[in-house]
Amino acid sequence: MTDYLDGNVLAGPLREVFGVDLTTAGTRCVGCGQAAHVAELRVFTDAPGIVARCSGCDNVIMRLVRTPDAAWLDLRGTTALRVPLG
Amino acid sequence: MAPFTPGFLGRDRSADTTLPPGQYLTHDFPVLSAGPTPRIPLDRWEFTVMTEAGVVRRWSWAELLALPSETPTVDLHCVTKWSKLSTDWEGVSLDTLLGDVDTAADYALVRSYGGYTTNLPLEDLLDGKAWIAYRYDGEELPSEHGGPARLLIPHLYLWKSAKWVRGIELLIEDEPGFWESLGYHNYGDPWREQRYQGD
Ligand SMILES: [Zn+2]
Repeated sequence: MTDYLDGNVLAGPLREVFGVDLTTAGTRCVGCGQAAHVAELRVFTDAPGIVARCSGCDNVIMRLVRTPDAAWLDLRGTTALRVPLG
Repeated sequence: MAPFTPGFLGRDRSADTTLPPGQYLTHDFPVLSAGPTPRIPLDRWEFTVMTEAGVVRRWSWAELLALPSETPTVDLHCVTKWSKLSTDWEGVSLDTLLGDVDTAADYALVRSYGGYTTNLPLEDLLDGKAWIAYRYDGEELPSEHGGPARLLIPHLYLWKSAKWVRGIELLIEDEPGFWESLGYHNYGDPWREQRYQGD
């Protein structure tokens, strides 16, 4: 119902866009400064898109909408996305 | 022109022909939510209208309930493709709330408790097309469906009927809301299947 899932449900949708697993990527909430891996975000999927929120302050960290011909991604809620490489 | 076949004129409310394109009929009431359900104590709840000049009108919960209410029976069409027909609501018409507001605005941005927003032309809120609804199916509006009060604007996709409504800003320039800024259609007419930008 309205309960959230953990950020691992973002694995598939983000892989479709970027081609890599981003669940281990690091975020920092622009609302409260809390650092979290993508997998630790609170994700609401019973909606017209996917909304990932900070577990500390409920601020929206990222939003993703998949239309028939595009993916729309809003990352304004994180000061940066740290993607581990190599 | 061929004569109508028997039954064509009688609208069968369960037939798909009564639904906008791409929709299917559901009899339950799915709960969609982009975040945690806000809990607003009624003694602190308020609904505001702010004009483009910054003039604010406020209604407390008691003041809202003291206004004349209407009991619309309307069809709901969600962009996630379910439709629910003949739902019963009670609420205050936006004509009542906006009737004596002095504005030259063409657009409205609806804000909710919890941070959700949605935009629409101001004229779509007027002339008996929209309500601040606080009862559903004879009961107080449950919080998961937007209680204590939500916008009800059934001629547009349901994401426009903002749950937990807190206020409306009247704007000279259009400002896209939560989903309108992320690929969804700016207007959202289900009968023209305006789901996404470019539809
Ligand atoms: Zn936060």
